[in-house]
Formats: sequence, C-alpha cells, structure tokens
Amino acid sequence: MHYYITNNTSTEAVAIKDIPEVEYATLYNDLKERLKQEQYHVAHYFATPDENRLMFYIVLLDDKEHQIMLARFAMEYYDDIALPSLTALHPALHPFEREITELYNVHFGSMPWDKPLRFAEARRNRNSTIDNYPFYTIEGESLHEVNVGPIHAGIIEPGAFRFICNGEKVLHLEIALGYQHRGVESEFTSTNNRLRQTLLAESIAGDSAIAHTSAFAAAIERLSDNAISDSLATERIVALELERMAMHIADTGALSMDVGYQLGQVACEALRTMTINTTQAWCGNRFGKGLIRPCGTNKPLTKEKVEMILSNVEQISRRYAEVSDDIQSSPTLLSRFEHCGIVPQNEMQRIGGVGMAARASGLLRDIRSSHPWGAYNTEPRHDSCTMHDGDVMSRLKVRCEEVQQSAQRIKSLLEGYTTSEKHLRPDYECNLKPSHLSFGLIEGWRGEICHVALTDDKGQISTYKIKEPSLHNWLALALAVRGEGISDFPICNKSFNLSYCGHDL
Amino acid sequence: MIFPKIKVLHSHGWQYIPDLNDVTLTEEFRGRPELTVTEDMADVEAAAKLCPTGAISVAPFTLDLGRCLFCGECALRAPRNIRFTNDYKVGSTSREALVVTPETKQIDFHKELVRKEIPQLFSRSLKLRQVSAAGDASIEMELNATGNVNFDFGRYGVEFTASPRHSDGVVITGPISKNMAEPLEICYAAIPEPKITIVCGSEACSGGLFSQSKAIDRSFLQRHHVDLWLPGAPTHPMTFIDAVMNLIGKKQRQGNQ
Repeated sequence: MHYYITNNTSTEAVAIKDIPEVEYATLYNDLKERLKQEQYHVAHYFATPDENRLMFYIVLLDDKEHQIMLARFAMEYYDDIALPSLTALHPALHPFEREITELYNVHFGSMPWDKPLRFAEARRNRNSTIDNYPFYTIEGESLHEVNVGPIHAGIIEPGAFRFICNGEKVLHLEIALGYQHRGVESEFTSTNNRLRQTLLAESIAGDSAIAHTSAFAAAIERLSDNAISDSLATERIVALELERMAMHIADTGALSMDVGYQLGQVACEALRTMTINTTQAWCGNRFGKGLIRPCGTNKPLTKEKVEMILSNVEQISRRYAEVSDDIQSSPTLLSRFEHCGIVPQNEMQRIGGVGMAARASGLLRDIRSSHPWGAYNTEPRHDSCTMHDGDVMSRLKVRCEEVQQSAQRIKSLLEGYTTSEKHLRPDYECNLKPSHLSFGLIEGWRGEICHVALTDDKGQISTYKIKEPSLHNWLALALAVRGEGISDFPICNKSFNLSYCGHDL
Repeated sequence: MIFPKIKVLHSHGWQYIPDLNDVTLTEEFRGRPELTVTEDMADVEAAAKLCPTGAISVAPFTLDLGRCLFCGECALRAPRNIRFTNDYKVGSTSREALVVTPETKQIDFHKELVRKEIPQLFSRSLKLRQVSAAGDASIEMELNATGNVNFDFGRYGVEFTASPRHSDGVVITGPISKNMAEPLEICYAAIPEPKITIVCGSEACSGGLFSQSKAIDRSFLQRHHVDLWLPGAPTHPMTFIDAVMNLIGKKQRQGNQ
C-alpha cells in the first residue's frame, strides 16, 4: 500500500491532495500485517467531516526508518456500513476506533468493546452519559467491587476507577474517563486568534504545557513555512528537558510518599520546586506557560539566564542522584517497588503503550531517538533508556536515569551557548497554507505527543486533533494492577502518573 | 544503608520558607498588572483585540484578572499602558475587585464581605476539600505545593482533606465541565455547615478559554455563594496562601507591595 512519506525534520506541511486516498480494505490488510512488527505504531487515527463525506486520516510511524507515513480513506457521511475493526487484531487502535464511533456513529464490525471514549459533548448517543455508565461486572460469591472516584482522595484530577477484587487481590480494573472533557479540540477551530490557540495548547495538560505547545508551534510553523532558527529550536529543547526533570522528580517524590519514605518525598519536593522555579525565573511561570510561542519567542535566553539554568541544573542533578542512590539501596523501598505492577513488553506493544512507561517495559518508544527533531537530530544522538521488568521499580529507574540524561542534555546544549538576542517575536498573524495537513510530534515527559492540524481552502484550521500519551497508557495501568493487592494501586498509579485532562480534552 | 540517607538529609538542609508574610517572587513573575491611560490608546485596542479571553476593555480601561491568563502578551503590545508587577496578592472576596483599573494600586480584599463565622471558626484550623472540575493539572499541583516542604501552609492549620465530610469548604479548580457538574454538587452537599467556597484559578473564576464551550456547566456558581476568588493560570501557591490567611483573619492586606 502506498503512503505519503515524510519525517519529523521536515519543515513543510503536506497538501491534503497528496495524501493517497485508499480503500478501507487496503488499509485494513496493510495494517493487519504491518502492526505485527515492533517498528510500526499508529500515532494518530481519526475521522473528520469533509463536505458530505467522512474522511479518515491515519498517521503511522516507522521507528526504524524514522518515517512518518500518512494515508486517508473516506466513507459517505450517512453510510451505515460496518467497517471491520482493527482493534480485534491490534488493541492499540482501540481508543481511536472508540472515538470515531462515539463522535460519528461509525460502527466497526466485531469491535470487542465500543465503550465511549470520553463522553464528549459532540457524541452522537445523547442517552449515554457519564453518570449512567454501566461498568463491567463479574458475578461470583467471592468477589466484591470497589469504586474509587470520580473525585479522588488527593488534590488530583477526576476519573472513575472500578475494581473487581477477589479478597485483597485485584481481578480487574476498569477506568472510566471523560470528567475533564472541556471541548479543547473544537475550541481550536472555533477561533482564528492564534494566541488563543497557543494558550489552548498550553492548557491541554498543564503538567506538559511546554511539550504540547511545542507540538502546536511545530504544526503552525510547518503550515506557514516558518522554519525556526537553530538557537530557538535549542531553547525549546532546554525548556522541554526542564519540564521532564521537574515531573520525573515530582513523581519520584510522590512514589516515595506512598510508601512512607518521607525523606525522599521532601527532598524531591524541594528539588522539584527548584526546577520549576528555574523555569519561572526564565519565563515568569512555573509550568513554562508563556515560554513556547509559534514562529518566535518572547522569552529569549540571556547570558544571565543561561548561567542560572546551568548552575541550578547542576545542583538538582547532583542532589537528585543522592536520592535515587538512596532509593536503590533501601531494601524496604525495593520490596514495595520491585515485582509490583508488571506490564510485560509484548502487552505494552499490543496495547500501543508509549513513552517512559513503554521504555520501562523494554519497548523502545521514544520520539527523541526514533523521529528526532531539532537538537536531537545532531550528535550526540539521544540514547533512550530502557528497562526490562516493566514493574514500578523499572518505571522509577527510567525516571532516575532520564533526569540525569536531561540534565546532561541541558548542560551540553547550554555550555558555550551563544545567546541570540535577535530572536524573532512570535507571529500570530501568519497565513496558513490552505488545504494542508500539518503535524507536531514531540516526546514529552510522559511520552509521544502528536498534534494534527488540517486547514480548509481559506487557510483556517478546520480540524485539530491531539493525541496525548495517556490515551494508550491508561490501559497499561489497568493491566498493571491485575493480580496485585488493591493496596498497591496507589504506587502503580503514581508510577504511570497519567493525564486525565489530556485524555478527556 | 544509613549513609546515603544522611547524605540526602545533609544536601536537603532547611528548605522551608521561614516567613510566609515575607515572600517576594522573581521579577519575571506576572502578577497584578498596573494600567496607565495615555492619550493614544491604539496599543491598548490592539492588545484588547489579541487578548484570548477578552479580559481587556478599552473604554473605560480595565483588565479583568478573573479572565486574565497572565500570558503577558498585552504588556508587550502596549508597554506604555500595561505592566505586570510581581505582586501575587491578587485574591479577593469580591469578583468585581478583580477588575483592575488605572487607579488600582492593590487588589482590594474586601474584608467586610467575609462572613463573621469564618475567622471565628476557622482561624486556627481550616480543612479544605479540593475538587478539580476540568482543571488542567498545573493548578492542582500548585495547590498540592501549598502543603509541601517549601510553603508548608500546614503550619497555620490549613490543610486538604480526603473526605468532604471532614472538611470546612471546597476549593474548585477548572472551568467546571458538564461531566463534573454533578459530582461537584454531591461533594459540596457532603460538606457540613458552615462551609466556604473558594474558586481557584482564572478558568474557575470565569471559564477562561472555555467560557463559551458547550462542554462546560457553570451553574454551580449561580447556586452557591463564593467566599474567595483567586485568579491565576495557574494560581501561584503564594496567591492562595495570602488570600486564605486574609480570609481566616490571620493577616490583613495592606500597603502597596
């Protein structure tokens, strides 16, 4: 089957007419075989109305050849034919097919489970609401159910968890999401104010504001033929790695808290504060809001800021190494973290897991190495850190190593860095190429973030689709807790730390 | 096994902020803006047009912090008219007080609007239940931070609880999604009287970017009295701490700092 081939270093959007339009059967047969190989995975798959047709787009990634492959197919808007479901063969497509069914009433034949994805405002079935969702149940005298949420015990976003337990052991966990649904994607297309769209990107998931806005900016820059300078690309990567450090440290602290290791918790809280205050001293916001802007920046690095970042990062990296050494030499912690919440590599691949959770299971999914952009595309190449056990400890160890890698990356990018005061200012007025498809593909701290923008014949954004790494990884959490004691759920959950709002949009 | 712990402890040192009343944030921080009227208001008109949440009005010249996401773009467009200071004390008991005018030298707290029983009952211990209703996680992390080793708001007896039944009030974050409207109402009903409501973040104050979204249901705020409005995107922990201290009578906002 023929795909349109591009890659993550491309500075151009793709004309929609150049994307081959195929028959669904052709795509189905191609993906059926292709997705058996580890090198391929689907970054995005969605449908959008196109006059009186429904057009489906697929963004397939070839990790080995570093290629992004695009294809599309169409069906009549009111056609009532069932397309054979790919989920049955490759569960990685499950969330995508569920979304298409929820929004457009398209049925996939032999779809194992067409549960609504997020009870979106635009869903077709108005009778299905989040409040009356029927959870999966199992009958049995020895079984009981535990409901958690949607409001959780801590200060955290809402989501409903239903456990089916046999004694202390979790047999099955079902996660129902959608409480955080704000209509982000439709807000992108209801405005032409580019600044408003930028701020929407910043609020997709506040803990990944830099990553999501970088993906948005990349999509806009491709659509407007605005290739950014190398130094701006470098500064964005420094910001992205600071965000990764802050969140990995926060999660190390959260995991420490949940096993009663207070020293690690407070040390990590203090180190995270130092990291986000570094970002704040750079751009005025602890989460990097205001830092990434399309086609330019309002916050260029100055010599003083470079020195401040370098000295803070050096200290954070040294002190964090002490905490991670302590964790890895404390038997009481290891006994909680090891062999707990295991997701094996083949399972991770089947369900389409991405990012640091996938790497902890030995599945190498890392856009920085498979589809490098900006400074990741120059030597030294990013050497992704992978573990093999897929347990809570592996996910913690990936964090420990990645904090050091990020610190090293920031150091190598900023040492001897010549600040450029002549950065372009952001451009909110630039015209976008009409009838094009553009994308932004970024490795955020959770994993792969893929934004896709389509423009209409007037150059307005007509469809904006966001894929957060949490979309697939929520199922990994549900699998991780199977067979574990329910009291281990908190550490399993924190070891993934997935986004609710990024999933619910 | 013990040596690595001593090392961590030694490097950690004393991290907490000794005096929460004496905190100055970095100059880069965008807090309360200062407005200046000039003869030619064309820059302000351009900024108002760009403002993603329509927080700026030109005549009369005002900036509504309840809508403002503190992106700072208006100050770049109209540098003679709008300047963001690092004053984080922007919470108030009055929604109207969040509207900054050229005369505003500090955000008025309006102590007279605080119900009498609040300082009487909660000045030594205030337990709050937080409900995220489509908050974007940054604001939830900032509220978590108020209790961490750095800010340690717990030293004043202000803490977050797991159960609404153990709490004295609710802190709402996010624009309030339709899907969270009912859980929020149930949670609020479970809090014993007298209870307080704190609306935290510009998105919670006005809906922010989502004020026109069909997936939002803000009717809760019409049905219930709000005791504290806190702008911010996200609200800085110090903004929250300052406003709550004022609410429970632990301090009184004064001076122009």
